[in-house]
Amino acid sequence: MIELAHLQVLAAALFSIGLYGVLARRSAVLILMSIELMLNAVNINLIGYATFVDFGEAQRALGQVLIIFVITVAAAELALAIAIILRLYRNRSSVNVDQIDALRW
Amino acid sequence: MVSQSLVFFYIAAALVVMGGLGVVLTRNIVYAAFALLAAMLGVAGVFLLMFAEFLALVQVLIYGGAVVIVVLFSLMLTRIQDFENLTDHRQWPLAALFAIGVFALLVAATLTTSVRVVERESVGFRELGESLFTDWAVPFEVASLVLLVALIGSIVLVRTTGGRD
Repeated sequence: MIELAHLQVLAAALFSIGLYGVLARRSAVLILMSIELMLNAVNINLIGYATFVDFGEAQRALGQVLIIFVITVAAAELALAIAIILRLYRNRSSVNVDQIDALRW
Repeated sequence: MVSQSLVFFYIAAALVVMGGLGVVLTRNIVYAAFALLAAMLGVAGVFLLMFAEFLALVQVLIYGGAVVIVVLFSLMLTRIQDFENLTDHRQWPLAALFAIGVFALLVAATLTTSVRVVERESVGFRELGESLFTDWAVPFEVASLVLLVALIGSIVLVRTTGGRD
């Protein structure tokens, strides 16, 4: 049988992989992909709790509703981030985050 | 005797982890996009195993369809010079160490916390829809507003203003 711990360990693994990607990659597009991985790790965790933990009879669908909102916000975030990356490329002709240091102090 | 659902779970988990590692380790950015697709389909498989059919459908449609296509389009439009020869930040060993530390912390927290679990049962389409449009109607409308703002915002951000830009 699948247990809650299986899903939690899978979510932890995917989250750590995404974290490594965010920290180690230089291309802004790849950092964005790694953020999507981290958001999906959160979704795996949420579906685990939604399935295995009792929320009471009135809120049985709560976990799935939360995941729908996470996916919605992830889609909105992706659209805006891609727009910013395209703008950045047009202004700087680079999407390498090492070279985008206008806010460094 | 390993149960059938556990076998399918391990297949989906392998797809997720392999896809994730593909995204963060490959040197070719197009391969990374396809590895992302594999990881997303693996997550859809996990949703199916958890009896969340609607979420699996949404996952395949939004991530498999929209997100990967948008990422590929952004790759085309940014024409990243070192397309097939990405280099990582030179501090990547530190990043790897930090990620492994976070993983160990999360697993330790998981294994030392006991959660009162109940028998798995599915939440059907009808129940999910009723909950979404009664208890969560206001957040649902706010989510649609968020999507609208993101849509208009991204159009405004990438718009060229006739020649001056």
